[in-house]
Amino acid sequence: MNSWRTDGGGRIDRTRALSFSFDGRRFTGFEGDTLASALLANGVHLLGRSFKYHRPRGILGAGSEEPNALVRVVRDHSRATPNLRATQVELYDGLVAESQNRWPSLGFDLSAVNDILSPLFPAGFYYKTFMWPRRAWHAFYEPRIRAAAGLGRAPEGPDPDRYAQRFAHCDVLIVGAGAAGLAAALAAAASGARVILCDEQPEFGGSLLAEPSARIEGMPAADWVAAQRSALAARPNVTLLARTTAFGYFPHNLIGLSERLTDHAAAPSAGSLRERLWQVRAREVVLATGAIERPLVFPGNDRPGVMLASAGRTYLNRYGVRVGSRIVVVAGSDAAYAAALDLKAAGAEIVALADVRSAAGEAATAAAREASLPVSLRATVLGTSGRLRVSSVRLGTVTSGGAVEESSSVACDAVLMSGGYTPTVHLFSQSRGTLSWNAERNVFVPGKPAERTHAAGACRGIDALAAALADGAAVGSVAAAAAGFQGSTPAFEASAVEFGSAGAPGALAQPGPTPPAKAFVDFQNDVTTKDLALAAREGFRSIEHIKRYTTTGMATDQGKTSGMNALGVVADGFERSIPEVGLTTFRMPFTPVTFGVFAGYARCDLFDPVRTTPTHDWARGHGAVFEDVGLWKRARYFPKTGEDMHAAVARECRAVRTGCGLFDASTLGKIEVVGPDAVTFMNRLYVNNWSTLAVGKSRYGILLRDDGFVYDDGVVARLAEDRFHVTTTTGGAARVLGMMEDYLQTEWPDLKVWLTSTTEQWAVIAVQGPRAREVISPLVSDIDLSPGAMPHMSVGWGKICGAPLLLFRVSFTGELGFELNVPADYGRAVWEAVYSAGRSRDITPYGTEAMHVLRAEKGYIIVGQETDGTATPDDVGLSWAIGKAKPDFVGKRSLERPAMKAPGRKQLVGLLTEDPTVVLDEGAQLVESARQKVPMRMIGHVTSSYASAALGRSIALAMLAGGRARIGETLYVPMPGGDIAVKVTAPVFYDPEGVRLNG
Amino acid sequence: MLVIDCPYCGPRPELEFSYGGQAHIARPANPATVETSDWAAFLYLRSNTRGLHAERWRHVRGCARFFNALRDTTTDKFIATYRTGEPAPAIDSRGDR
Repeated sequence: MNSWRTDGGGRIDRTRALSFSFDGRRFTGFEGDTLASALLANGVHLLGRSFKYHRPRGILGAGSEEPNALVRVVRDHSRATPNLRATQVELYDGLVAESQNRWPSLGFDLSAVNDILSPLFPAGFYYKTFMWPRRAWHAFYEPRIRAAAGLGRAPEGPDPDRYAQRFAHCDVLIVGAGAAGLAAALAAAASGARVILCDEQPEFGGSLLAEPSARIEGMPAADWVAAQRSALAARPNVTLLARTTAFGYFPHNLIGLSERLTDHAAAPSAGSLRERLWQVRAREVVLATGAIERPLVFPGNDRPGVMLASAGRTYLNRYGVRVGSRIVVVAGSDAAYAAALDLKAAGAEIVALADVRSAAGEAATAAAREASLPVSLRATVLGTSGRLRVSSVRLGTVTSGGAVEESSSVACDAVLMSGGYTPTVHLFSQSRGTLSWNAERNVFVPGKPAERTHAAGACRGIDALAAALADGAAVGSVAAAAAGFQGSTPAFEASAVEFGSAGAPGALAQPGPTPPAKAFVDFQNDVTTKDLALAAREGFRSIEHIKRYTTTGMATDQGKTSGMNALGVVADGFERSIPEVGLTTFRMPFTPVTFGVFAGYARCDLFDPVRTTPTHDWARGHGAVFEDVGLWKRARYFPKTGEDMHAAVARECRAVRTGCGLFDASTLGKIEVVGPDAVTFMNRLYVNNWSTLAVGKSRYGILLRDDGFVYDDGVVARLAEDRFHVTTTTGGAARVLGMMEDYLQTEWPDLKVWLTSTTEQWAVIAVQGPRAREVISPLVSDIDLSPGAMPHMSVGWGKICGAPLLLFRVSFTGELGFELNVPADYGRAVWEAVYSAGRSRDITPYGTEAMHVLRAEKGYIIVGQETDGTATPDDVGLSWAIGKAKPDFVGKRSLERPAMKAPGRKQLVGLLTEDPTVVLDEGAQLVESARQKVPMRMIGHVTSSYASAALGRSIALAMLAGGRARIGETLYVPMPGGDIAVKVTAPVFYDPEGVRLNG
Repeated sequence: MLVIDCPYCGPRPELEFSYGGQAHIARPANPATVETSDWAAFLYLRSNTRGLHAERWRHVRGCARFFNALRDTTTDKFIATYRTGEPAPAIDSRGDR
C-alpha cells in the first residue's frame, strides 16, 4: 500500500483493511493498528498543535505516555471524545478523528504566531503580563486566553452512553501484564489466591509484543504470553481485565480501574456499556507498571518526526511500520542501539547514530560495529529543521574540554532518541510510598511502601527479560503469601537480545548557556529549558514551586516523559544532585478518565433518590406543581386553568381562612421516643418541660444545640407515659435523630430509651380552616371532636374510613386545624375520602407556598428561614417555651453566656412596606437611613416575604438588631430600583389573639 | 476510601460511616456550675493533632452505633477502634502497645 508499511511482520491483520479519516482525509489501516500506527503507515507525522505556542507536533511515543498526539475521535455530535492519545486509539472501520488546537487548519495555524511572540509568554506569564489595567482582566484578557488556550472541545450533546460501576475484592491485584506482571499473576494464581490482573492495552504482554527476538520457555515471547493468558483465563480464581487502566491508588489498598468496553468497536451494539469503573479492594497490590523511555532535551526536539527510540521499535515490530527511511538516532542510552539495529534490518537507512556519551555499553558497541552503524560518540544535537516534519538535524561534538563544536548537518526524515528509561512509579507515589534514588541507573524506584504494595520488574529498575520474569514470579509469590496463600515460585527460561536502559536525565550540551531555539522538557504544556532557567533566575528553589510556576509536569500526561528531565535540568542549574532537588508528587489519574465512568448510574432519574408522599400521584393528577425539599417532592401549589402561582396561592390561602384546606404534611420528620426514661431524655434534650405534658396532649418543642442556637422545632405529643411522638422539620429529620442517638449513646447511655424513625410509616393529612371539623367529623370514629373534648393541641386515637387514626388538633395556619396521621398505606384512600367529604364545602388542596404564607401571617418561624444557626429562642420570640425550672437541657448553659443576652441581638419582627403592593426580596438588608455612604450600616435582614391575601397587602418577617424595641419605627431597604420604606411591627399579622385557632 | 473496623460489625468501607469529631470530650455533668470560659472551651476548642488522634465515628449506614478510633492523621491509618465509654488504648502510631 505504501513504502512505510513493512512487507510482513507485526501483530496487525493484513487481511483486514480498515478505512478511517483524519481531518477529513481518508486513509486505510489494518486490524490491530492504533490511529498513530495507521497514520505513520500513511506517512502522516503532523497530528496536532501544541498547547501554548501552537507548534506543529507529531507522535512522540507509542503508548499512554504520549504527550503530543492528542486527537478528537467523533462518532456523532454526542459521542466526540477530545484529548485521546492517538497512540492508544484502536483503529476501527470508519473511525473519524480530528486534530486539535489549530485554526483554520493543522498545516496553517494562525495562532502559531504565539511561537514567534514567545518572548511575551515566558514562565509565569499569566502572573506578569495581564496585570494592567486591572479591569481588563475580566473584560478582555481572561476571555481571550480562555478561547485561545486549552485543548480539545467537549461534545455538544448529552452523553448517550451507559457506564457501570463495580466493587471487587481480591487477594492480589496486579497492575500491568508485561513480563513481570504475567509472571507475578502466574505465581499468585497458582497459590490459590484470588487474583485480578489488569492492563491498559488491548493485548497482554507489554513490551514483549515488540520484541521479536525474545523467547520464553522455548517459544517466541508473544506466543508464550498468549499461552499464559489462556492458562490464567481458565482459572476460576483469576480475573483478567484488558483495556483497563489503574488510574488511582486510594487509601487502604483501594485501586480505581477504568475498563473501556466499546470504544474500540466499529459499531457498538445498542445499549452496550461503554466503560466500567472497578473499585478494587486488594489485600496486596503488585505494581508491574513497567518503564517509560525519556526523550532527550535539545533545540527543536518537538518537531514532528522526532520520536522515542522505543516508539520507533514498537511501530516497526508490533505494527509493521517504518517511521522513516533516513533516520538519525540520538543515543543517551544503549536502548537507542536496539532501535537503530531493528530499523536498519527492516530496510531503513541509519544516517547517523549520535551517542551523547563518551562510550556505549559493550554489547551495544559490538552490535553497532557488526551492523556498520555510523556511530559518533560525545555527540550533541544543536537543532532540527523542517516546517511540518523534521528534514535535517544539526549535530555537534563535545570536546574533551567540554566545549561544543558544530560538526555536521544531516538530512533525515525521522529522529529516534533515547535518554534511558524512567520506572513508572505513578501509582506507587500516589499511594504515598516513598521513592528511593538508584544512583547507578539515575532513576527513582519504589522504596518504602505506605500500603501493602509490592513493585516488580521494570518499574523498580529490573528490566532485563529473564530478571524481570524472575522478579515478577518472586514478588507474586511474596504477595500471595502475605495474603495468606503459600505456593511455589515458578521459574522461566528466557533469552533476548538486550542492551542497557540507563541514561542521564537533563538537557544535551549546547554552545551557549541558553540555546537559541526552544528545547522542550514538557511537550504537553510547552515548557522549555529556558522556562526552567528563568524560574531558577527569579529565585524559585523548591521543585514544587518551579513545577507550578512553569507548569512542568502539570499536564494531563502527569510528567510521564518530562518529569525526570525537568529534575535533571533544574539540578544542573543549581549544581545539585537530583535527589537533592527532590521530586514532585504524582497526581491521579494516571491517564485521563471520562466523567461518565465516575457518574456511572447516578444520572438523570437515578442521580438522587426521590421521596414521594402517599398522595403524590393524586396531586400530580390534580395539576400540582412540585418543588424539591431535600429529596422529597412536595406539591407547591395546585393551579387551576389560567392561574399563575400568585393567583393559585391567593385562592388556596383564602380557602383555608374562610372554608377548608387540605394539605399533605407527610414529609414532616417523625421520631418515636419510647422507654421508661423517655420523659427524662426529652427533658434533657428539648428546652420544654415535658413532665407537665399529659398523655393525649401535644406541645410545640424547641431543640437547641449545646451552643444555645435553635437547631430544630416541631410538635411533640405524649402518646403514653413512656412514649413520645416527636415531629421535626422536613429537612431536619435525619440530623435530629442523629443528634438524639449521639446524646443517648455517648452522654446518657444509662437511660432506657429507644428511638425509631417513623417518618415514612405515617401519612399526615392536614385539614385546616373554620370548616375543618365539619368536613372530618362524619369520617372519624372513636374520637369526640367537640372543642371541649378535643381542644387545641390535643391528641387522640381513633379510626377513619376503617384505618387506624392518630389525630392531632394542631395548626400551622392559625385556623382551626387537624392533622390526621394514618398508616402510610392508607394515606391516599383517606386523603381522597376527606376530599370527597369536603367537596360540598369547597375543600381546597393547598401546597407548600400557601402553607408558607399562612404561617408567616401568624408569625410562625421556619427553622432555617428565620433562623440561621445563630438565633437563640429569645431572638425568635420563643423564650416562653423554655422550661425555666429545669436544671439543665441541651443549650441551657450557653443561653447564660453574656453574648447570648447582650442587647442589640437580632430579633424577629414584622415589616410592612409603606407601599402595600411592594413585596420585599428575601435576604434584603435593612438600614436606618438610606442617606448613608456605601457601605451602609446594615442592622437587619428580611427572612420571609409574601403577598398576603388575608391582609390584602404584602407582609414580611425580618431579623432586626434590637428589633422588639424598634416596633413602630420606619426603616429602609435599599435596592437597585430605589429605597423602600418599611414600618417595623410585631411579627404576628393575623388574629394575634388566636381566637380562630381555638374555634 | 478507608476501611474502618467497626467494633460491633467488623471492617467496613468508609462509605458506611460518618465522622463525629474529637473523642473523649465529655459533656459536663452539671453545666450550670461550669465557668463561662470552660464552657466555651468545651463547646469550641478541639485539638488539631498531627499524628495519633482519638476521634468519634458512627457506623451510620450499618449498626448506627457511635464508637471511637485512634487514627494517625498523617497516614490515615487506623491504629485501633474501641467502644464508646472505653478508654483510648495506650498505643503509639506504629501500633505497638
